[in-house]
Amino acid sequence: MAKNMLEVKGLTTKYVTRFHEDVYAVDHVSLTIEEGKSLGIAGESGCGKSTLALSLMGYYFAPLHYMSGDIIVDGKNISGLDPDTVRKTVLGSDVAYIPQAAMNALNPTRKISDFIVDVIRAHDPKSNKNDIRDMARKRFEELHLPDEALDKYAVELSGGMKQRVVIAISTILSPKVLIADEPSSALDVTSQKVVIKMLREMMEKGFIKSMIFITHELPLLYNVTDDIMVMYAGQIVEKGTAKEMVFDPVHPYSRGLMHSILVPEDGTRDNKLIAIPGTPPNLKNPPQGCRFAERCKYAQPSCKFSAPPLIEFGEGRSYRCAYSVEHLKEVYASED
Amino acid sequence: MKTEEEMNVSENATVEEQETVTLDRRRDVSNNPLCLSGRAVTKIFGSGKKETVAVNRVNFDFHEGELVSIVGESGSGKTTLSKMILGLLPMTDGEILFRGQPRDISTNRKKREYWKNIQAIFQDPFSSFNVFNKIDTVLLDCINMNGGKDLPKEKKIEMMTEACSFVNLKFAELTNKYPFELSGGQMQRLMIARVFLLKPKILLADEPTSMIDACSRATILDMLLNLRDEIGMTVIFITHDIGLAYYISDNVYIMEHGFFVEHGSADDVILTPKADYTKRLISDVPKIHEAWDLSTVE
Repeated sequence: MAKNMLEVKGLTTKYVTRFHEDVYAVDHVSLTIEEGKSLGIAGESGCGKSTLALSLMGYYFAPLHYMSGDIIVDGKNISGLDPDTVRKTVLGSDVAYIPQAAMNALNPTRKISDFIVDVIRAHDPKSNKNDIRDMARKRFEELHLPDEALDKYAVELSGGMKQRVVIAISTILSPKVLIADEPSSALDVTSQKVVIKMLREMMEKGFIKSMIFITHELPLLYNVTDDIMVMYAGQIVEKGTAKEMVFDPVHPYSRGLMHSILVPEDGTRDNKLIAIPGTPPNLKNPPQGCRFAERCKYAQPSCKFSAPPLIEFGEGRSYRCAYSVEHLKEVYASED
Repeated sequence: MKTEEEMNVSENATVEEQETVTLDRRRDVSNNPLCLSGRAVTKIFGSGKKETVAVNRVNFDFHEGELVSIVGESGSGKTTLSKMILGLLPMTDGEILFRGQPRDISTNRKKREYWKNIQAIFQDPFSSFNVFNKIDTVLLDCINMNGGKDLPKEKKIEMMTEACSFVNLKFAELTNKYPFELSGGQMQRLMIARVFLLKPKILLADEPTSMIDACSRATILDMLLNLRDEIGMTVIFITHDIGLAYYISDNVYIMEHGFFVEHGSADDVILTPKADYTKRLISDVPKIHEAWDLSTVE
């Protein structure tokens, strides 16, 4: 059995607003990713996807606060460490992160090679600049990136190239987990494909051992990741393999999400789109029962009072609903 | 065309039921009268060495009651073209015909007359509203502009309630609220409620779903289809997402570097593309039932 690269147990983090209100944006999230595997996280804006990504780095600064739970990267528990230790020993080597606005992440007054020097020297202050350049050049070559890019400024690179360079910089230390938060949403379809191809190659060559990929584009997630996890209002509502999640979702929310997929394929025009009315609950004051109950057309009065736990079924699949899997499938079958 | 049964369904549907009503989208609109046409429409920015041809002698014919999509990547000239159609940007060359007659927007008064016939929904719902106006004022302005100034108050409220229920919003819950108190999806629906009250001949929707979630996206798309079917509006849908365009359009125009490289019915263009650019665009989009071939890129 492949070893677990990332193991998260009951992670809870909160934001504290300026009025001293607590917002639990990640609420008791547990997950595992094996070596060589990738996990996709889907959900609508504000469901906690990006906060989960930030929380998984173990690097907390106000207004985000760590509350409880364990983050274990390749056997090493990184939860609760102070930010400086995390920056020097975890970021880049254990966990690397590509933010949403990666294209704007580069300081325009510095050359690309300077960023690589920064990353490596944060972990090993005595490393030689020439060695670092050689290492960077070799890595760029392996990733089919032009090595002239190392001597360029960010403004001299195109959008897609900037994105690939940011990925190369953040993974220069071959991290165990790469967290990619919407790495391709600002790109055209062709540049997006190039970025995805590069990420896949990096997985194959072992430059990254496992990956968490966050996007709201479900067809992309389906093509990139092995497993998909759907989040709603700070909680996991369903988890399974990409194929199971897209073609056989169980939770009413995931089903709505998967039925909103529109791709240019024969049959798309006959699809029945399922719109989910309403908006997600305010996490300052989350509902006492099921968080999706307000918007769920199958909800019973009891759903609003008792919060369902995450129930495991089948191999590696889990869902969070008061109804049984069989019952939900029967209901869906009668609707189709 | 919708079958009789579907017509009954959509007429009798309650607010919740409307969420899942599907409409048959394969329609031939070529016999409908022309609503908007463009002849050699061109836009050049800058001059000399810095000259950029954003839209290059494009021709188009949009018919009444047609839902037509203009698809292209960023920088292809979609938004420049849409601004020229709206009369917000002067053309460098060419002509736009509205209902067969050359469009005249030479004075402010004529522009206002033209804008009664064409309305737009933009990408960013958060900057589409005047932040100082409450929602009632936003909707009331539309009724007043559309010649309903002297209607009794009850009638105006009834019209606003009808417009809100068309977009699955409850008017009673919106009174005395400001647009920024709503979510992105709700705001975009409020924009559609405005269009419902103004009843223009043409609606230009410029990436109306790119800033909202997949779930709310379905609602917006169905509402655009309802505008076309119930009011007979011509809807020009501008998008970079070829999957969305395929789902809702009667006809599709594919735009590359200021040119229309291909146009035709959605089924023809998407399922049997002829232009290389269209083929590449379709092959580069990740799909569900077909394998995504990554070997086509370097």
